[in-house]
Amino acid sequence: MGFDVSYLSAKSVWICLQKCVRRTAVSSLAVVALACAAVSQTAETDKPVPILTGNIGTFSFVTGGHNVIDTQINPVLLVPLGDRWLVEARAEFEGEFQRPPNGGPYAGPVDKHVDYAQIDYIANRYLTITAGRFLTPFGIFNERLYPVWIRFLQPDPLIYPVGTAPSDGAMFRGGFSVSPQANLNYALYVSAASIGIESMDSERHVGGRMGLFFPGPRLEIGGSWQRTLQDDRKNAFGFHMGWQAAKAPLSIRAEYAHAFEGSGYWAEGAYRLSQAHFWRKVMRRTELVARSQQFFVGAIGAGADAGLELPSAETREADFGINYFFRDGLKGIASYGRQFSSAGNFNQWSFGLAYRFLVPLGRVAESREAQ
Amino acid sequence: MNIRASVTVFLLSLAVVSSVFAGSHSANKEATPSPVVREQDIASMRIEGEKRFHANCGRCHAAPQKFPPRMMATVLRHMRVRATVTEDDQRLILFYMTQ
Repeated sequence: MGFDVSYLSAKSVWICLQKCVRRTAVSSLAVVALACAAVSQTAETDKPVPILTGNIGTFSFVTGGHNVIDTQINPVLLVPLGDRWLVEARAEFEGEFQRPPNGGPYAGPVDKHVDYAQIDYIANRYLTITAGRFLTPFGIFNERLYPVWIRFLQPDPLIYPVGTAPSDGAMFRGGFSVSPQANLNYALYVSAASIGIESMDSERHVGGRMGLFFPGPRLEIGGSWQRTLQDDRKNAFGFHMGWQAAKAPLSIRAEYAHAFEGSGYWAEGAYRLSQAHFWRKVMRRTELVARSQQFFVGAIGAGADAGLELPSAETREADFGINYFFRDGLKGIASYGRQFSSAGNFNQWSFGLAYRFLVPLGRVAESREAQ
Repeated sequence: MNIRASVTVFLLSLAVVSSVFAGSHSANKEATPSPVVREQDIASMRIEGEKRFHANCGRCHAAPQKFPPRMMATVLRHMRVRATVTEDDQRLILFYMTQ
């Protein structure tokens, strides 16, 4: 028995060593390859430069009288290679701190994970090929509106978890003009199951999204579809729209999503007070926002929805807020919302600051020769 | 295990291929107008670029400030992928944002 245990231990240690060596070798090769690309690019003076960007936010969410301090940093690395390649990655470090029930200082877990780490090849004006870990293009919130410095209101929409499980795989996408009045955009993707790294869990699924953008009226409409290929093989679909008024600083967005777990919608608007005729300096930096949303529990049942971070009962919510832009990339936020549900009604307050940073990782000044 | 290995090999291949092509020149320059473009063409490109800037960028976020051209080129390439901005829009917006 003792022999068996030692044999098994030695075997497991050997397997661990093999894995470590393999991972280290692969990582080193990838880093060397990317470094070579970066170095070969530094000779250029008119080329895109690698950038470290992202956002930092600190918020206080008071939900039903219970305060949670949410602090997060989301660095984004953009490394352009040549004329057609882009390596991009975003990580999220988010701490949710609250007082223990019996009192004491604020404490809580810090969640760390990779949102995306992908390489893009712009093949031509119609097609971009993406491989790696990417944000699932279901609706528009997950891909385009998620960063804290972009979103109108800080709390996630109720239907946000529908169709937005992370993807590890490949994607074809693009946007091109189909007429002088309309641009078509699309995304087709396939994702494998988790690749075994804890902070990079994913789901096995296929899906697509298609949209039309009309630049004249600044109107965008589209739809998404996804089929899960693990556990219960279920379909999900959704629709999205966005509109910006040309003659007023008004912006409206909406999404609808339907899945086995549930369905719902959200619609939100933002109005910049830049047309006010008083306190102009302050007003042009101020934005009023509002959101209305509803969620309907699906066939999976209320109890099982908890693991999916969806509401456990039929829910309605209305939110109102104000954003103040201190300067480009820095805004203060405050909002109030009330949620109505058979599980209980409660108020939801939020206050905080969001900041977007952008730092070049190379020389940005043009050389005299280039000028 | 096979899927993981395949994905790793695929990504590694892409990284190596990208490093080979990284320094190569191409006729497809991003937002680099010909030096012989006439003045009125530049003015019309600027106007068209501003129009497309407000139409495209305003779909998601408030108008950002202008950054140095090499940074804007990276940001616009990112936006081309992320927001499926068209090639023409990318070129004109970059031209407007680097004036």
